[in-house]
Amino acid sequence: MAKRIDVKDLNLFYGKFHAVDGVTLSVPPRNVTAFIGPSGCGKSTVLRSLNRMHEVIPGARAEGEVLLDGEDIYASSVDPVSVRRTIGMVFQRPNPFPTMSIRDNVVAGLKLAGVRDKKKLDEVAERALRGANLWAEVKDRLNKPGGGLSGGQQQRLCIARAIAVQPDVLLMDEPCSALDPISTLAIEDLITELKKDYTIVIVTHNMQQAARVSDQTAFFNLLGVGQPGRLIEIDDTEKIFSNPTEKATEDYISGRFG
Amino acid sequence: MTTTDLQRPATAPAFQHISSGRRAKNMTATVLVSAAFVIAVAPLVWLLWTVLEKGFTHVLTADWWQKSLAGLTGRQEGGGAYHAIYGTLVQGLICAVIAVPIAIMVAIYLVEYGRDSKLAKWITFTVDILSGVPSIVAALFIYALWVTTLGLPRSAFAVSLSLVLLMIPVVVRTTEELLKIVPDELREASYALGIPKWKTIVKIVVPTALSGIITGIMLAVARVMGETAPVLILVGYTQFINYDPFGGNMASLPLFMNSERLTTNEIGEARVWGAAVTLILIITVINLLATVISRLTAVKTK
Ligand SMILES: Nc1ncnc2c1ncn2[C@@H]1O[C@H](COP(=O)(O)OP(=O)(O)OP(=O)(O)O)[C@@H](O)[C@H]1O
Ligand SMILES: [Mg+2]
Repeated sequence: MAKRIDVKDLNLFYGKFHAVDGVTLSVPPRNVTAFIGPSGCGKSTVLRSLNRMHEVIPGARAEGEVLLDGEDIYASSVDPVSVRRTIGMVFQRPNPFPTMSIRDNVVAGLKLAGVRDKKKLDEVAERALRGANLWAEVKDRLNKPGGGLSGGQQQRLCIARAIAVQPDVLLMDEPCSALDPISTLAIEDLITELKKDYTIVIVTHNMQQAARVSDQTAFFNLLGVGQPGRLIEIDDTEKIFSNPTEKATEDYISGRFG
Repeated sequence: MTTTDLQRPATAPAFQHISSGRRAKNMTATVLVSAAFVIAVAPLVWLLWTVLEKGFTHVLTADWWQKSLAGLTGRQEGGGAYHAIYGTLVQGLICAVIAVPIAIMVAIYLVEYGRDSKLAKWITFTVDILSGVPSIVAALFIYALWVTTLGLPRSAFAVSLSLVLLMIPVVVRTTEELLKIVPDELREASYALGIPKWKTIVKIVVPTALSGIITGIMLAVARVMGETAPVLILVGYTQFINYDPFGGNMASLPLFMNSERLTTNEIGEARVWGAAVTLILIITVINLLATVISRLTAVKTK
């Protein structure tokens, strides 16, 4: 299931704007990698390029290689739809489908891919909801709309929806930024749980969160306004937080930034 | 900092009183706004009242809804408007069946695929122009195309075609606006699940906007049903029921009114008012249906 990601000299653009310059990094399977860095340095942009969501934005393009177990997802023969089926994503703001019930939200990926077998869908829904730690809270109202849940529940619903299609990699862009500490903790526990089966990349502004959940941490930075963002360093989380190689990393982590 | 502590009041008043100038302005504005409201609503109420007063009794008979005027002269009582009601409904329906899919696909192209492309700009421009075309021009265009160029007879179907020209811009516009307010986050959530773009549109985007789209369609149908220029130009009136939209004359409520208007006696006059009430009733029912359907299909959170 879980696969490794190798990014080689990736440059990302929005139209003429060069947003991210020359990123090279590797994410081993069954590993959590955290992206940290100041706002606007390109964390979300890099994350979205890992499952070809970047190019959904008009004018946006990517140069370089992203290898999933050695296979370039940007090769011209590759269908972006199949890439996204393999590499799932959870967004900063919970975005359940408003027209669908909780159950249908969870199995949306399968249902829209043509799976009709009701029994199988029910099983998948239960497994994904249990996986996302949401089953107990919603098992009595699976047919109610997903929009009626609390923000934290909605975010876990979105995680359930992402894992229901059984991707190899899970990308999360600040999944806890809109949540209270308890829901945050629930999602952090969930990430630790999911690590057994998935390769996970998570963007976060919360240093403690990065320190708690990730195995390795990548620090991105901007050299100046209008300049592209860069990867400053990537290393084991322990090392980044105790003894980083770059001074900029240390400054950022200790809050002596800018 | 030139005043001393003693010169200041012990505590400055927190709020000021409303000055008489402001009070007067407020009064004037209130009076003007209320007057404008009355001026706008009065003719509407008057119109509705007159129509209902003069026509309502006729539509209460069962014959009105079940019979045509077949075999009756202008001086004979009885008969009904069934032939005209049927014509109005069927012409509106055929129009909707043709116009709605085209309009929705155009709107989907504009919002989901075209965005800022040259073609999309041209389509938007054309739709804008089309929405300003008077119904008589649309009717004459279809006459030129259908009757003069293609040599086909005048018919209810030709009427529907000209109504299509009037309906498409309305539905394109509403659908476009409604698709635009579907948040991009939903599209991205769907793409991120590995769902192709067209399926995202069909299964996620359109259903999210569906309730509003249906309302827009119903309102557009109600509007074109009252159009008069197309029926005057593109089909002849008949007192008989004609179920065939492709051949022969077919009545409709506007045509019925226009024809009965010419019989200058009380019976004809009564029929004109009756038809007016019927048209208003049909349109009201469609509007109510629109509300109900949009409630039923609206996105729920509970
Ligand atoms: N849709 C877009 N169109 C044009 N430029 C964009 C777009 N999205 C992001 N950018 C630009 O790309 C750069 C990187 O943005 P990105 O969203 O990746 O930053 P980030 O590190 O995720 O910031 P944050 O921590 O605030 O989420 C910024 O300069 C931003 O203005
Ligand atoms: Mg971001």
